[in-house]
Amino acid sequence: MTPEQIAEKADALYHDLDLGRVKQFRDEHPGAKVIGYLPIYAPREVVDAAGMLPVGITGGRGQIEIIRGDAYFQSYICQIPRSTIELALSGRFQLIDGFLFPSTCDVIRNLSGMWRVLFPEKYVRYVDVPQNFDPKVGGKFFRGELGHLRDDLAKLGGRPVTDDDLRRSIVKYNENRSAVSDLFALRNAAPWRALALESYLVLFAGNVLPVEEHTTLIRDYIAAVNASDRPMRDNARVVTIGSFCEQPPLGLIKTLEMAGCYIVWDDMTLSKRWLTQEISTEGDPLTAIAEAFLTHSHSNAVLYEPRREKGDALMDIVRRTKAEGVVFAAPSFCDPALLEQPMLTEALDREQIPWTAFKYSENLGQFQVIREQAGTFADSIKLWSPA
Amino acid sequence: MTTEKDRSMALQKEMIAGHFHALSKAGESKKKVVYTFVPGNLTELLHAFDVLPLYPEINALQSGMRKRSGGFITEAEKLGHSEDVCAYVKSDIGMLKAGNIGPTGEKLPEPDLLLLSYTGCFTFLKWFELLKRQYNCPIAMLHVPYQGDGSFTPEMRDYVVSQLKTEIIPKLEEVTGTKYDEDKLRAALRLSAKAEDDLVTVLESAKTKPSPIDAYFGGVYYIGPMFTAFRGTPAAVEYYQTLKEEVFARAAKGLGPVTPDGPMGAEKYRLVVEGPPNWTSFQELWKMFYDQGAVVVASTYTKVGGLYDMGFRHDPDHPLETLADYCAGCYTNLSLPQRIDLIEKYVHEYQADGLLVNSVKSCNSFSSGQLLILREIERRTGCAAGFIETDLVDPRYFSAANVMNRIESYLQMIEQRRRGAAPAKVERHLPVLGSEGSLP
Repeated sequence: MTPEQIAEKADALYHDLDLGRVKQFRDEHPGAKVIGYLPIYAPREVVDAAGMLPVGITGGRGQIEIIRGDAYFQSYICQIPRSTIELALSGRFQLIDGFLFPSTCDVIRNLSGMWRVLFPEKYVRYVDVPQNFDPKVGGKFFRGELGHLRDDLAKLGGRPVTDDDLRRSIVKYNENRSAVSDLFALRNAAPWRALALESYLVLFAGNVLPVEEHTTLIRDYIAAVNASDRPMRDNARVVTIGSFCEQPPLGLIKTLEMAGCYIVWDDMTLSKRWLTQEISTEGDPLTAIAEAFLTHSHSNAVLYEPRREKGDALMDIVRRTKAEGVVFAAPSFCDPALLEQPMLTEALDREQIPWTAFKYSENLGQFQVIREQAGTFADSIKLWSPA
Repeated sequence: MTTEKDRSMALQKEMIAGHFHALSKAGESKKKVVYTFVPGNLTELLHAFDVLPLYPEINALQSGMRKRSGGFITEAEKLGHSEDVCAYVKSDIGMLKAGNIGPTGEKLPEPDLLLLSYTGCFTFLKWFELLKRQYNCPIAMLHVPYQGDGSFTPEMRDYVVSQLKTEIIPKLEEVTGTKYDEDKLRAALRLSAKAEDDLVTVLESAKTKPSPIDAYFGGVYYIGPMFTAFRGTPAAVEYYQTLKEEVFARAAKGLGPVTPDGPMGAEKYRLVVEGPPNWTSFQELWKMFYDQGAVVVASTYTKVGGLYDMGFRHDPDHPLETLADYCAGCYTNLSLPQRIDLIEKYVHEYQADGLLVNSVKSCNSFSSGQLLILREIERRTGCAAGFIETDLVDPRYFSAANVMNRIESYLQMIEQRRRGAAPAKVERHLPVLGSEGSLP
């Protein structure tokens, strides 16, 4: 298959708000449960180990008119909770048996409680992750939380979730992480071949595909890209940051590319690659997941970072990817991304890395202004950068 | 105003002025200064180390009441802080850039430690990360788990206690050069519990008709010492005892609350209010209530620093565990179902006519989910629920005419209910997820 054909397949999954692939899973695995998770970090290994399909919930992708969802949120609250409620109230989540709400921000946190009130027949768990990174303190707490999740899912699924089940799932997700990492390496090495939009769609497919199938899709895409011949353009290499929760519309990613930006790193699909390294398969598997979270989480606005200055991780990414500039693309009213932004821009200014910033919402439909802004930004890099 | 009211107000004024004066003289007195937040504050522990606490939210709200926050916010936005985020943070950053002059006109000291009590509000985390860059001082992080499933489990308590032992206390020891003295902490906790008893008595006095207090606009004054630097001190004990006596005296005479315009007239409406107040037009907003005979008999905002009326008291026999329980129990650390249960209880126990939500743009911890709370309370109690929108300290988001209009409409709705008009049917939303029908 060509990269375009693989991206087309992924694109079909992206646009299927009715979760046809999830229905297929249920048909193929009678009695198996499906667990939805919101951004950003959810321990998908535990869900998979319980024989369940973890399904990433990423809002309405600008494809639904929000009517009922708006009745639950004030105008100054971001888009993802309202489209998520809209999807639920319009029947799109009937195939989902339970929901995990990670500790991403106050909105996602409060949404967990709203879910309990609105949908009492569904399993709901708030996934509290530690902000203390001492294994004996935060690690112990998170190990306990993971244990509760495992017990809950065992009860929901009607069968125990053994350590061996967990280890098998960890192996599967480690393979997935490795494939994702290879895809990012390829994007970094040859962004004119592994296009940002295609890569995004391929990673996004991991929201509904069983993990092994998703790994295969990524590997197939990498192979197809390596076999393809695409022309290199004189684009600026940029990192985009701030889109880790509510997702940008596809048109926005395309617009950035068309405006002359090669996106060599982004945080759009962070929930699929939160951990930067493998989880150990030795010893107690839940302890291994907890320790991986403590030591191998991506730097992100929702995490307290006691050992590093804010901005250091972004500068590492900029250096590693040889990025020439940074694009801050955050959803409107996103507290974590927008509160973090001044600290990051300060770090970039110190290192004289050019940056530009705009906000979006998942249902944004007009990209002309962003195209002009990004185009000017890319041109300025190309024309005025020391290189 | 009555002389009784003046006594507790004068006491509080003295206490607060004294504290800010002590802060301004921290350099001379060699006292260490710890910045921290109101929800989940560890004031007794700070007293045990003889440090001076300073609460940036309080500075921000004081700036709001003094009409200075608007300028501070504009300054912060010029520095790149988004118009979308919490105005408390921007007011604080703007105040810092303007020289950090406190509410009494004296310069506030820089922190020796930022004690990040991460309880019930995500923004706290970012706020102190921002301040850390300004002050270049250490942070001690206390992560308090959220009561997502409506409980604070023994594992969660152990987690908080472990952090106190391994992170908070060692950092306080390091900054102050003083060893942790548990007996000193117990003594402060004992004083806290005594003052907490009296605060609860004051808050619960609103169950009588007419209510001798306003538990929202007046309530924010009553909680002041308890939620800030004075819990665990003899001064707080004295203040609450005095306040209690004043409130009892008013109740005995059948008097209502004392407002900025003097004693309130006849009580016509009894309301429960959810959400923080607007500080930039605080008195104007209060006046919209008392001019129409509306008194707030219970509020959730006065529980952000602890739900004492639900039975919690600091326990000197379990000093660290009780601090953990306290932090976890603050209002914004409660799940939405817990909040709804609490408000329903207030509506019933305080014989309220209904619930009014003040939705503030700055605070998603409060605001996200409030419309569901409103619907649920209407459904469960049959009482009218209303909604106004303002902000904490950003004056651009206070529109007096709109707010007044909403309040008047809401009170008319209560009148209609009293006259026997049937409430609009509030449907329980979807017993089964997704069963509502066709796809758009």
